[in-house]
Amino acid sequence: MAAPLAELAQQQTAKLVLLGEMGSGKSSLVLRYVKGQFFDYQASTVGAAFLTKTLPELNVKFEIWDTAGQERYHSLAPMYYRGAAAAIIVYDITSPDSFTRAKSWVRELQRQGNPNMIMALAGNKADLEGQRAVTVEEAQAYAAENGLFYVETSAKTSANVNELFEEIARKLPKPEAAPRPPQGGIVLSENQQQQPKKSTCC
Amino acid sequence: MNEEYDVIVLGTGLKECIISGLLSVDKKKVLHVDRNNYYGGESASLNLIQLFERFRAGAAPPPSLGPSRDYNVDMVPKFMLANGKLVRVLLHTDVVKYLEFKAVDGSYVLQKGKIHKVPANDSEALRSPLMGLFEKRRARNFFLYVQDYDESDPKTHKGLDLNRMTMAELYKHYDLTEDTQDFIGHALALHRDDAYLTQSAMPTVLRIKLYHESLFRYEGLNSPYLYPRYGLGELPQAFARLSAVYGGTYMLNQPAVEVLYENGVAVGIKNGADVARAKLVVGDPSYFPDKVRVVGKVVRAIAIMNHPIPNTDNAHSVQIILPQKQTGRKSDMYVFCCSYAHNVAAKDKWLAFVSTTMETANPEAELSAGMALLGPVEEKYIEVRDICEPLDDGTKDQAFISKGYDATTHFETTVDDVLDMYRRITGRDLDLTAKEPVTVEA
Repeated sequence: MAAPLAELAQQQTAKLVLLGEMGSGKSSLVLRYVKGQFFDYQASTVGAAFLTKTLPELNVKFEIWDTAGQERYHSLAPMYYRGAAAAIIVYDITSPDSFTRAKSWVRELQRQGNPNMIMALAGNKADLEGQRAVTVEEAQAYAAENGLFYVETSAKTSANVNELFEEIARKLPKPEAAPRPPQGGIVLSENQQQQPKKSTCC
Repeated sequence: MNEEYDVIVLGTGLKECIISGLLSVDKKKVLHVDRNNYYGGESASLNLIQLFERFRAGAAPPPSLGPSRDYNVDMVPKFMLANGKLVRVLLHTDVVKYLEFKAVDGSYVLQKGKIHKVPANDSEALRSPLMGLFEKRRARNFFLYVQDYDESDPKTHKGLDLNRMTMAELYKHYDLTEDTQDFIGHALALHRDDAYLTQSAMPTVLRIKLYHESLFRYEGLNSPYLYPRYGLGELPQAFARLSAVYGGTYMLNQPAVEVLYENGVAVGIKNGADVARAKLVVGDPSYFPDKVRVVGKVVRAIAIMNHPIPNTDNAHSVQIILPQKQTGRKSDMYVFCCSYAHNVAAKDKWLAFVSTTMETANPEAELSAGMALLGPVEEKYIEVRDICEPLDDGTKDQAFISKGYDATTHFETTVDDVLDMYRRITGRDLDLTAKEPVTVEA
């Protein structure tokens, strides 16, 4: 029978959340990674804050969550972190404030998030070397102290963008090791409607 | 926040979050504010620390209950009918993708002092002690009539005009006993009292059809109900996310926020020294104290237990209906139960809720019949909540106020209120058949 084998090779779906100050380039990173696009003036995230990308060679499907309008007044819903296998905390290498904010997100995740979550620290806008305000050494030291995977990226030139996501995919715990809920869930869909059966019970 | 918005929404309860999501998708500029530092308003699910702040101010949760963050305790316990309107709204808006659901293991009904499972298939119906053999045969004819009934096909009406005859007359036509009527009216049509007997039969027949269609909506259901992992508080969060994804701005933890009126018309909000203006203001009754009236009171008990409810086949999730006649009351009592299997309590803990419409000055005593079914409990919290309704429909003063959450076991009236508010706000009906998928597959 083919079914059990197919089940073993089942693709792992991993929720990945992005955190970071407004304007640090969270959406640009995702758009560069998922669609290969970059816009100099990316409007605030509207309409597409839930993207997916499949990495067939690593058997991983990322469900990527962007914060949409909830981080501006510090009003992220617990649902946002819930069940996240990985988080990318983004800061802008030209902005020390965004680095401070990134550290507070790391603390928030350490307190609220799943303890096995893979956390990556991304120093974005690495193409703006001339305006650098956060040094590689400082970020590296902070990342090492807190067990974060650290990389500098540029959504504009696409430097290290694929590498960032692929490294996270490689670090994910294998599906067999992931804890299973006591019972399976139900997927709601329109086309699942069964023929109403004749029944005498109700 | 000192900007101009199309709509300002106050309170992040389920109704407000659905409205906020729908209006954001309609390209309205929405500001959504809550006085609390958590999502969900009246319909939130609380962790242990929040639960103790509410019911045991000053006390810390005992360590025996486990970690606070493992708890998501519903403040308004309900289940979702699998073919009900909330599921349709979740599918229409594609908000389902943020949620994961579990089937509720069983629905039970109290009859003559014992609880029995409401049959979910033919073999359960055959074995069920709820009806005698001859009564089952009569009931079968009634159910076949109801399942075949199609309003637009007169052939299925078999000469009966359900709009003109009362439900009592329809029961009589099928010669059903009072116990069977009680079971059908309360455990299947989910009426809270017996007022429906003297009303037209049509709404009750449609409710029985909804129950039946829900039972067969997804494979393997043992009850018509679904429940989201992590508790009902996920529902408002999921719709809030829809709103935010479409540009809605969220501000929690604003205890001083209040509605700003000019010449009796709502024109925005005040928040300390800040003012935000909008064409209209939407919110739950607590933000409009002068514009609502109390229409009833619900008394609820919340219990934390280290075992399932006895006589429910060790169910992790269950509903028990106590029809009013069985307890000598005027309105039904409901018991809900869910467990750590739904990520709403710490490992090996169950949550049970007992609720009813308050009828006397001693609300705790009113719950005794339901509490008696639970067995020993570790912790118990009791509260009485007013149910408020708006005095006006909002079209004159631009204050669109939701109704409080009633004592029903499901979300049908919740969604009816939302759809009604949506119509009053936009001037049109929400088309639940149109679908705008939000997911982008790369």
